[in-house]
Amino acid sequence: MNAQPAAYNFAYLDEQTKRMIRRAILKGIAIPGYQVPFASREMPMPYGWGTGGVQVTAAILGPDDTLKVIDQGSDDTTNAISIRKFFEKTAGVATTTVTTEATVIQTRHRIPEKELQDNQVLVYQVPIPEPLRFLEPRETETRRMHALAEYGLMHVKLYEDIAHHGHIATSYAYPVKVNARYVMDPSPTPKFDNPKMDDCAALQLFGAGREKRIYAVPPYTKVVSLDFEDHPFERYRHQAPCALCGADDSYLDEVVMDDKGGRMFVCSDTDHCETRRAEGFRGVQPEALA
Amino acid sequence: MYVAVKGGERAIENAHRLLAHERRGDPAVPELSLDQISEQLSLAVDRVMTEGSLYDRELASLAIKQARGDLIEAIFLARAFRATLPRFGISEPIDTGAMQIRRRISATFKDIPGGQILGPTFDYTHRLLDPALAGETLPEQPATTPAEATSMPRVTDILGADGLIEPSPQAEEGAPIGDLTREPLNFPANRELRLQNLARGDEGFLLAMGYSTQRGYGRTHPFTGEIRLGEVEVEFMAEEVGFAVPLGRITVTECQMVNQFKGSATEPPCFTRGYGLAFGQSERKTMSMALVDRALRARDFGDDVKAPAQDEEFVLSHSDNVQATGFVEHLKLPHYVDFQSELGLIRKLRREFAEAQAESMNRMKEAAE
Repeated sequence: MNAQPAAYNFAYLDEQTKRMIRRAILKGIAIPGYQVPFASREMPMPYGWGTGGVQVTAAILGPDDTLKVIDQGSDDTTNAISIRKFFEKTAGVATTTVTTEATVIQTRHRIPEKELQDNQVLVYQVPIPEPLRFLEPRETETRRMHALAEYGLMHVKLYEDIAHHGHIATSYAYPVKVNARYVMDPSPTPKFDNPKMDDCAALQLFGAGREKRIYAVPPYTKVVSLDFEDHPFERYRHQAPCALCGADDSYLDEVVMDDKGGRMFVCSDTDHCETRRAEGFRGVQPEALA
Repeated sequence: MYVAVKGGERAIENAHRLLAHERRGDPAVPELSLDQISEQLSLAVDRVMTEGSLYDRELASLAIKQARGDLIEAIFLARAFRATLPRFGISEPIDTGAMQIRRRISATFKDIPGGQILGPTFDYTHRLLDPALAGETLPEQPATTPAEATSMPRVTDILGADGLIEPSPQAEEGAPIGDLTREPLNFPANRELRLQNLARGDEGFLLAMGYSTQRGYGRTHPFTGEIRLGEVEVEFMAEEVGFAVPLGRITVTECQMVNQFKGSATEPPCFTRGYGLAFGQSERKTMSMALVDRALRARDFGDDVKAPAQDEEFVLSHSDNVQATGFVEHLKLPHYVDFQSELGLIRKLRREFAEAQAESMNRMKEAAE
């Protein structure tokens, strides 16, 4: 057996595989919101850890790109670090935590607070790409429903939520309609992030490795969160400013401080929070997490 | 103070160091060699090769060592390595009829041409822990007999000669062969893709699925037509030389189940087949696979699809243990952003509930007054 460390291609995947993934991406861009089946490979990290996003990133990454990886909005969560290191090692590309400096941003569960630009690509890690999956478990059925744009079942589900709870009880992975055609799962981002997808300047790519699907939202595409006239879509954010930077418009993480009910709320987007603090903004406890 | 938000990078590095330390265990105990794993844990190696879809005993042994004996983790390592290998072609179909047989049994006939050969099997051992094995052992030499040049036809071929069993469905000459590691699986899947999926499917999952058909969830009345274990030649058609070139020999286990019959107004009744094949000695796997293969052919025979084992999307979508373990275990990753959203929603619902309660109390009070 060869004891030498195996030499891998730029960004790990071989060029044939990248070409196959790029074809799927192009098809996805051509049909916004449509889930394109692709021959997902076994990656050296487990399914569920972002293998779809990693494959999409590997396929689009060039030597001049600057990569940012976030998980839960943070550059410093363990899985974000692990994926960033993977590309540092296999592609040798520059990496950053600064949203504005990145050309490719791979994300799990969040969209950065900073408005994305037209030179940026946002790559989402997707666990279950099918927005209808929990209403209809069969792929043969859901593909037919998409083909016929038969989305009544989804509206019934949302209506039943309102009947039971008085509200639509979906707080993340909130379904959207893309380009007035396909209902799409935005990946498990909190619904707070949904409006950022609409008319976004950046290209948005979605990779689901285990489920072998890629889909896309091209720049400046209409993305509408599903709702009813009398129950319009509402963003949720905890009504407080960030304790560190004082932001009153960012999505907040609730940090449990002690076992006596102590809580503090801080920006989930760590780069956003750090940038604001560098600009001199302060919350009520600016040093709390130092 | 809440520390988990920082220091992830060092934490990962230290976790890897600790893992390597734990893997090695007590350094006073001699380290396992790959040969020891390959020779003495050979059935584990067989399973990793089968479900890893990679026939390489040495790499499978390495994977088992690296995975600390966690076979699903080892299968994952083998798969990830396999995914990076280039394809240079597709071998000729192996001929299990020409197998160099080490074990071969049939449950459907008392005796068969070529004989029943028990070979190395746990089947008739008494499951009593053997204290002698706790030390070093030197087992007796195996009994031998001069090899006879008898042919060992497959039992299904004997049944097939009389037309008692359905003919094995033949692929069209020159038709492309599906490869579910290179193309996404679409439904309905054809049988070759189903068999590929089952061949690399989790042994435990297939065992439970096969078992369920025996307990009435999609019953198929199976008999073990034959199980055979041995070595077969792998050949590759080299276009340049114009004939099939032998690449080497591999050990496989094949199981052919004979199931209750089908017939119609125009076709006489005949037995039906279920098929299982795996690398190395993997009898539980191949038998389970054969049961599930037959159950999944329900539609072909006009059976009602009612039981889980007959449901193609259900079985094929959940058989892969690398996918399954990844998605189950990914729940370990942080989900606090979504959970925050859920917290917000539930607090709102509870607040509204409390308000509604208070209001109805007030109304009752007013009504009482």
